[in-house]
Amino acid sequence: MTKDVTLVPDVSQDKLVDLYKQMWVIRFFDEKVDEFFAKGMIHGTTHLAVGQEASAAGACALLDNEDKITSTHRGHGHCIAKGATPDKMMAELFGRTTGYCKGKGGSMHIADIDIGNLGANGIVAGGIPLAVGSALTAKMKKHDYVTVCFFGDGATNEGSFHEAVNLASIWDLPVIFVCENNLYGMSGNVNEMTNVKNIADRAAAYGIQGAVADGNDIVDMMNKTNDAVDRARNGEGPSLIEAKTYRWKGHSKSDAKKYRTREEENEWKAKDPIKRFREVLIEADILTEEKAEEIRKAAKKEIEDAVEFAENSPMPTEDDLLTDVYA
Amino acid sequence: MREITYSEAVREALSQEMRKNDDVFILGEDIGVYGGAFGVTRGMIEEFGPDRIRNTPISESGIAGAAVGSALTGMRPIAELQFSDFITIALDQMANQAAKIRYMYGGKGKVPMVLRTPSGSGTGAAAQHSQSLEAWVAHVPGLKVVQPSTGYDAKGLLKAAIDDDNPVIFYEHKTLYGTKSDVPEEQYSIPLGQADIKREGTDVTIVAYAVMVPRALEAAKELEKEGISVEVVDPRTLVPLDKETIVKSVSKTGRVVVAHEAVKRGGYGGEIASMIAESDAFDFLDAPIKRLGGAESPIPYNPELEKAHVPQVPDMIKAVKETLNKA
Ligand SMILES: Cc1ncc(C[n+]2csc(CCOP(=O)(O)OP(=O)(O)O)c2C)c(N)n1
Repeated sequence: MTKDVTLVPDVSQDKLVDLYKQMWVIRFFDEKVDEFFAKGMIHGTTHLAVGQEASAAGACALLDNEDKITSTHRGHGHCIAKGATPDKMMAELFGRTTGYCKGKGGSMHIADIDIGNLGANGIVAGGIPLAVGSALTAKMKKHDYVTVCFFGDGATNEGSFHEAVNLASIWDLPVIFVCENNLYGMSGNVNEMTNVKNIADRAAAYGIQGAVADGNDIVDMMNKTNDAVDRARNGEGPSLIEAKTYRWKGHSKSDAKKYRTREEENEWKAKDPIKRFREVLIEADILTEEKAEEIRKAAKKEIEDAVEFAENSPMPTEDDLLTDVYA
Repeated sequence: MREITYSEAVREALSQEMRKNDDVFILGEDIGVYGGAFGVTRGMIEEFGPDRIRNTPISESGIAGAAVGSALTGMRPIAELQFSDFITIALDQMANQAAKIRYMYGGKGKVPMVLRTPSGSGTGAAAQHSQSLEAWVAHVPGLKVVQPSTGYDAKGLLKAAIDDDNPVIFYEHKTLYGTKSDVPEEQYSIPLGQADIKREGTDVTIVAYAVMVPRALEAAKELEKEGISVEVVDPRTLVPLDKETIVKSVSKTGRVVVAHEAVKRGGYGGEIASMIAESDAFDFLDAPIKRLGGAESPIPYNPELEKAHVPQVPDMIKAVKETLNKA
């Protein structure tokens, strides 16, 4: 028995339940990666988005396979939200041939161009001009896809952010810039690294729409990004959405987190986006406690299966070293 | 003598220079409480404060350019880039500004700055965080390029780089940071342009820099067991290059292997090999000059492929034997 509630226009209650599950998949994926990294089972570097599930899931909620995203070094959540399956992602982190990049890309370079994921990126702000290029294609070829461009607060201090947003603005491109403001770029506090109150305020400098969303509230995220997606589809140009959120973990493995306090971390953990969404769904009679728990367990199982798939997948051989350099 | 790590040696050089000269300061991302991406500036903000250990936003072009401008007007800045791959973003400031200002201005003004940055592979950070791009900067007249292989060299060369009135790119190798060597506590300087014979030998010369030096030394040890005597020459600075020491060594041994981690094609090893071929050493060569370098692909994520990309000890042993068989 569900109440007749509409939390987000154009988003069905089934879709909301899917999104709830997706947020758990993102959470469990990154927690598993954290565990494996600590055990030395995953090498290299990884950047986890635990605590930021709502912005990824919310911004991608209304996208279909034709729509595109560009992502960042902290991209596991974006990837899952755009439809990637955790098994091939985990295989990638294990360096296996069955991974999204055949074991050659690793955490920071996961891409699935077939379903519109134009790639995570190891270069801060590196994906922003790419997103603009993708939107340019849409405009020139009269495709009606939109491009959602994820990046962090720190990335907005790179020249490429400013150059790309300016181009999108003068060319009126169907791109939605989604800044996940998690307060820090590595150790740099956003208030010390920029002199504007909101990253979204920067939209004014380029003559585009800007909006601040509660990045820990998937409903607010969906409402704000969906408006921007609609505007982009209607030819009304780019938008900049700032999602105010927080990363629970350190920047990467070697982060002693000396630049922030335990109190601050706890304050944000209390705003757990998954817990909040669960409460909203139960309040709206879209989910029961039991059903919510079932979904959480199913998400967990999905990650366990992904690990099994990854572990049973083959390693590349030296012959693979020189393949895929040129098309 | 006291043994300290390569990274401690760099920090000691930085601290000693900063204590001595108020014009010396450091700017870069996360160099303050975080201590830098690789921990090199750890603890320095406590002694020198945030004005001189100047945390910047994520803005490589801005960091390099601010260093150029402040150097031109009387400071002696040391800019840190978190990974040498990001020199791509700073390159306009380094190649079009820093390198050319003095010449273009007819000898007016000078740019006494150092750009420190970790290079190389071996950490699983994949294609955008593992490159060795020294040949790019070595190609630009007006820049000096340093690549120390030991903590001792790093300390002495960094002091010389800071004292130098020209822009110097100072590469630190990320897998060498933890290696230990004897480093005197007092200040000393190693002139730029002075190679070091890391091991004397009579049969073959290996010219190697950065992480290739310990590998060459290991190969030499192995080969010694088979009665092959290898001389290892570490140029330490690529620009200026100590041609004399290399030519002398090759004239003595009659055989040479040039080894670097950077992609072989277009790499600096080609420059060293041509220099030898053009020199008096040519008449003494008993075998063709052999070059070892990275494979012609981006650096892969998978650890085995990553290793296969870059010359390892067995590759060096094989190369040495090949030059011997070509007598
Ligand atoms: C051009 C460039 N500079 C620096 C880095 C090192 N780095 C990786 S992530 C990061 C912080 C990015 O902060 P932000 O954009 O806010 O994203 P977040 O990590 O908070 O998700 C830095 C400095 C990089 N990868 N690329």
